[in-house]
Parts: sequence; structure tokens; C-alpha cells
Amino acid sequence: MAEVLVVVENGVKKVTLEMLTIARGLGSVSAVVFGDADTAKLGEFGAEKIYTASGEDVDGYLVAPKATVVAELVKRVQPAAVLLASTQEGKEIAARLAIKLDNGLLTDAVGLDADGTATQAIFAGSAIVKSKVTKGLPIVTIRPNSVTPEPSAATPAVEELTVAVSDTDKLTKVVERVAEQKGSRPELTEAGIVVSGGRGVGNADNFKLVEELADLLGGAVGASRAAVDSGYYPHQFQVGQTGKTVSPQLYVALGISGAIQHRAGMQTSKTIVAVNKDAEAPIFELADFGVVGDLFKVVPQAADEIRKRK
Amino acid sequence: MNIVVLVKQVPDSGAERTLSADYSVDRASASNVINEMDEYAIEEALKIKEAHGGEVTVLTVGPAGATESIRKALSMGPDKAVHVQDDALHGSCAVATSKVLAAALRTLNADLIISGAESTDGRVQVVPHMLAELLGVAALTGARKLTVDGSQLTVERQTDEGYEVVTAATPAIVSVWDTINEPRYPSFKGIMAAKKKPVQSLSLGDLGVSAGEVGSAGATSQVLEYAKRPARTGGAKVVDEGTGGEQLVAYLATEKFV
Repeated sequence: MAEVLVVVENGVKKVTLEMLTIARGLGSVSAVVFGDADTAKLGEFGAEKIYTASGEDVDGYLVAPKATVVAELVKRVQPAAVLLASTQEGKEIAARLAIKLDNGLLTDAVGLDADGTATQAIFAGSAIVKSKVTKGLPIVTIRPNSVTPEPSAATPAVEELTVAVSDTDKLTKVVERVAEQKGSRPELTEAGIVVSGGRGVGNADNFKLVEELADLLGGAVGASRAAVDSGYYPHQFQVGQTGKTVSPQLYVALGISGAIQHRAGMQTSKTIVAVNKDAEAPIFELADFGVVGDLFKVVPQAADEIRKRK
Repeated sequence: MNIVVLVKQVPDSGAERTLSADYSVDRASASNVINEMDEYAIEEALKIKEAHGGEVTVLTVGPAGATESIRKALSMGPDKAVHVQDDALHGSCAVATSKVLAAALRTLNADLIISGAESTDGRVQVVPHMLAELLGVAALTGARKLTVDGSQLTVERQTDEGYEVVTAATPAIVSVWDTINEPRYPSFKGIMAAKKKPVQSLSLGDLGVSAGEVGSAGATSQVLEYAKRPARTGGAKVVDEGTGGEQLVAYLATEKFV
């Protein structure tokens, strides 16, 4: 059975387990890990093999060396498919891989069949397409929260790859990596619950209210573009057309009007609830449950009620 | 510095968007606009020109109607534009589009190529790295801040965890997010001047790209099925009269989130 490569860029995340689960339907699963491999976790979800690549040549430069490592491995093992996460870096590795191999690629898949047919949500989640790579092998990036990860125990063999990158791969140097606030909350695109605040939150300080509700529900915090543009919350938490696309089980919209820009990033969420003082706000057209009211009254009361029920 | 800004015309994301019968993006009946993120790319290019001198060229691959977005781009201040248009380009995939852009860029000798981080139609985010790979130049993508010091570029790159500081020398391609600046509005003078700025039209033949490598014929992927999702419909809506928070939690409890 041919190998299926699953590229793990930055530690094992939920989307990694989803990719391993999907990959099992396409062949024998091999993880390609940059940095330290979590052998136990990868094995638990069915990785038969783990290729590792590390060192300054991989870490010290932006994306290109990783693409070279994967491309060399593809040429050697002739996999049935290559799966990557639909993260910025995952897509960038996929982009370079497609050019290096003169191959097609599909991004943001929410499903992948055994024959390589990918399902994608397009136009802000308003339509669904099924697509196939028609030149070369399927190179597909998978969006987080696409499938439920299912364990399938395997004992992976580990092989350390020799990293041989060219000078062209080392044109962009990474000087510094800076982690910004997130705390212990789940990652926005992977979270099962997302609580987002908009312009109605009023200022950066008030976002504590959004964070409090998120923490009580065990969710991630998001923000609308209006809130981010007003400086209430950092850009990496922006949900919408020029930010992240999320598809959680529950999306809570607080003080968000629901402009198309925002809907583009969240309307495939399973359940949507909203609190907004404007009864005519378009967010209510999407919400499975809406409260027309002052979020500064409704949200603290909701938080108290959740504490009571715990 | 010789700067080329990549500009794409896209269907307005605020209006109805569909695929055509051949499953390509329906651009003919759409209300088309300049890709929003590209305005930030243009602004960044103009700021660099203003500080360091040089020339700003807009590069677009798209159908004849894309001229509208090219004029809009020029009205912000770039010096000239190159428009690659050819009927054979219809239905091109990202790989083919990148090959065409790369061929055009080879004729333009840019020190710095700036693009938006993504377009609102495909949201694929792959073209900048594809171009870097094809041209053998540095890529500094996802920029929220760009500093130019001679030929040295420093970018603060937005990541999921925070940001990375990355550096490279020109020639390079930088892609930008909308956090990088505030694009200027075209002035009346700018709009008038844009009408007279040179727009060079190039065909695939001019670029030495064969028609078989692009369009539907040369596509590296194919859409097999397309279906609209049923629109969401709103559910219960209550007006808070003192128990809105409790009612919200009661709903969340019935859905087993609490």
C-alpha cells in the first residue's frame, strides 16, 4: 500500500489528528515532522512511519527549506497523496511543493475521499464544490474541524531525514519568533467553541467580558474586523474574510452586527448564538438563538448562570 | 526601487457570487472590484516610493474588464500598469496563473514585488510562494509591517501564535495583510491622471507562454461538482427584559454546550 504523507509543521495539533484520520483512508500513513516528533500521539492516530527533519537549515529560514524536504521525500517514496494543514505555513509549503513537482493542489478541503476527491466550501461557505487534482498526486490542505479524529493504534518506525537545502531556500531568514497572548485557550481555528466580540464591546478593556465567557465555555476568543480595526483585540484573532475562517460546534457573537465580511469567516459554524442591542442586526438572520439586549447586562448574567450550573 | 504590485480583479464579496457552467468563477455577470487586500499592497508600494524613490508598476492578469480595477489602482498613485490578457487564460488554476505572472515579472525586473496576502475570491494564499519558487527570489509573506533599509527588507509576519521577524535582500516578494497600513483614497486629480497613465497589454504570445499550459486546458485541478448550500435561517430571538442571559444559557444547555 502506498504511503500518504501528512506534514506536521508546528507540533501535533487537532488538525494533525484529523489529517491522520483522513490519510488512513488513502494509504499507509507517514507523518513528516519538523522538529521533535510526538511519536506516541502520532502512533495513537495511525502513523505507521514518521520522518523527522530538524536543524538550523529548517528552522532558521522561512518555509522554503521545509518544501524542499517534502519534495525530496515525495520523489523518493512516491506517495499516494500529501496532506498539509490549511494554515498559513501549510498552504505555503503546499504552494512551493506544487511548483517543485509541477503538480496541482487543492486548499481548504473539509473532506477528502479515498480516490482523492476533495470537498471545499467556497464563497464564504455559501457553496460546496468537489474537486480533484488532475496533474500529479493529490496535494491537499485540510481545514481544521473537518472531521472527528479517530484513534487507530500503530507503532511508527522513525526515520531521520538528511536535510539538504539550496542557497535559494535560505533567502529569507527568520530572526525572531514572538508568541503573543493566547494563554491556555484552544487555538481559534481548531476550537469547538468560539466566543467573538465586535464593535459593540466598546473598548479593549471590555474584551475581558468576551474572554470570561470563552473561558467558562472552554472556547477560543475571536473578534470582528471592526473590533480589530478599533484596536480592541489583536489581528490574529480576527474572524472573517480578511482573517480566520472558523467552523466550530458553537459560535457566540457578542456585539457583532454580522456584516458579510464577518459572516464569511463563521457561517459554517454548527450552532450560532448572538447578543446584540440592534434587533435588526443581520447576525440574527444566522443565529439559531438571539438575544436582543445590552451585552453588558446579558453576558455577565449568562456567565453567572453558567457558574451556577457547573 | 523598482516596485511591482500584483492587483487582481475579483467578484464583489458583498454581492452574489457563483461559478459558471464550466465551474470557473463567474466573472462575466459578477459585480467586479479590485481585491481589497491589494489596495494595502499598493499603499505600501507608494509609501516606499515616497521614502526611497523609484517607480511603481501595477501588474494584473485578467480579462478585458479588469481594466476598470487597473485604472482604480492607478488612481491611487502608481506610475503605470501591465495587463496580461488572453482568452486562453480563462479557467486558469493557481499554478498556471503563477507561471503567467512569473513570465510577466521576468520582463519587469522588479526589485520588490508586493501582493495582498490573499484574494477574496479563492482565498488560496499560494501565489506569492509560487512566484518566489518560480523566480528564485526571497518571499516574505503575511506582513503586518515592512521596513526597507537599502536593499534589505525586514518584515513582521503575522502567525497564529504571534509574529515572526523575517529578513531578506531584494529581489523579493512581500505579501501584506490589511493591518499593514491604511490605504489612501484616490484624489480627483489622481483619478484624472490615471486615465492617461500607460497601460501595456501583453498576450501569452508576448510572454512566450503557450496556451496549452494555462486555462482550462492546462489546469492542474478540476471542479467536478458545485452546489449552493441552503442559506441559514434565524431561529428564536428574545428581547432581554432582565433574563436574557439566563435564557441564553438555557438554550446552550438544551444544545449540551453547558
